[in-house]
Amino acid sequence: MTLDTNLTHVSDANEWQKMISENENVIICCGRMGPMCIPVYDLMEDIESEYSHVKFADMLFDIPEAHVIRNAPEARGFMGLPFTMYYKNGKVVEATSSIQNEDQVRSILDAQFGQK
Amino acid sequence: MDSNCYDAIVIGGGPAGLTAGIYLSRAKIKTLILNEGVAGGQLILTHEIANYPGVENISGYKLANIMKKQAKSFGAEIKTISVHPQIETEGNLKKVVVGEQVYTAYTVILTPGGSPRMLGAKGEKELKGLGVSYCATCDGEFFTDKEIIVVGGGNSALEEAVSLSKYASKITLIHQFDHFQAFPAYVDEARSNPKINFIMETLVEEFAGDGKLEKVLLHNLKNGSKEWFNAEGAFVFIGYAPNTTFVEKLVTLNDRQEIVVNTDMETSVDGIFAAGDCIVKKYRQVTTAVGDATVAALAAAAKTWELKKH
Repeated sequence: MTLDTNLTHVSDANEWQKMISENENVIICCGRMGPMCIPVYDLMEDIESEYSHVKFADMLFDIPEAHVIRNAPEARGFMGLPFTMYYKNGKVVEATSSIQNEDQVRSILDAQFGQK
Repeated sequence: MDSNCYDAIVIGGGPAGLTAGIYLSRAKIKTLILNEGVAGGQLILTHEIANYPGVENISGYKLANIMKKQAKSFGAEIKTISVHPQIETEGNLKKVVVGEQVYTAYTVILTPGGSPRMLGAKGEKELKGLGVSYCATCDGEFFTDKEIIVVGGGNSALEEAVSLSKYASKITLIHQFDHFQAFPAYVDEARSNPKINFIMETLVEEFAGDGKLEKVLLHNLKNGSKEWFNAEGAFVFIGYAPNTTFVEKLVTLNDRQEIVVNTDMETSVDGIFAAGDCIVKKYRQVTTAVGDATVAALAAAAKTWELKKH
């Protein structure tokens, strides 16, 4: 099961592992098709082309294998969807909970991965 | 014709904006809808809509998508913008500047909607997603068996408190007045729910916790006392503020920052119309937004044709 977005979908733990190990910079938004999540997918779709050095993806929060994000130590205490994770060389460098606006996402992308 | 020249420009892509787009483009008026964020506006925040005539039951997200599809099918263009537009009048034309892009049209319809109000309390921003939430449907299950508060006294607060009682072990509803603004049916349902308690005439002044919400500072307005109240979750439902800052110097607003319109939904500026949650009105519903926008679109269409003749 995947989300109804135009982002690359991560559908299980193997794909997640492959994505974060094969790409230096990755952002994965893990959520549902809900009101707090959709705006984040939408803005990610809008800005994806400007960050060719970052892999943009999403993951459905409710699939069992999304435990790789749900139970990540960096997401401990998170109580708001979506969980947005930023990975550099396979390691979480930043994680946010709940809705974020474009400026907030851009500022993390720029700070962690630089501008291209 | 220049690709940035339109007959009409709609600013905002919620139910009002999409309705205006449908009516204008169906009338063969070259229409551009400029939208910040996701088309659908606050409609997509609604889990289920059961009172939209002609549709028995539908999610807000689906209804918004149908409206968007309809608008596009009649020829409306929808562009996502990330900065507030600036509007200037230039003779018969309206100039809409978005960053480096300049769009022109004979008429403009403002449908920027509103945004959920934040309390503005200390710690609120920092603990958003760590216990402070604005969407029961999205985040309710994170609070299973937890003691939470709900802030507000309108329909949303009362309805969502009842909905959250499926998850939380105890809910304390905190409201600043001694009575609720919600419909009596919602109040009765909340009052009869054994999990829901009420603290009236009280403000939440601060959210606090180490990496997650642990307590809130309550200010009793009756006796002025302040005390900490333990809560692992806080849901804030205190209404919406109109997104009208970008036109505050252009059109007349009332003291609540709502756009003043006449019966044709025309603002204080000739050729600029407004509809939906941003205008002065008492009842904010999807149906009223759609109704306002229909009037605005028909009036704007008439004005557009008139101006195009000159």
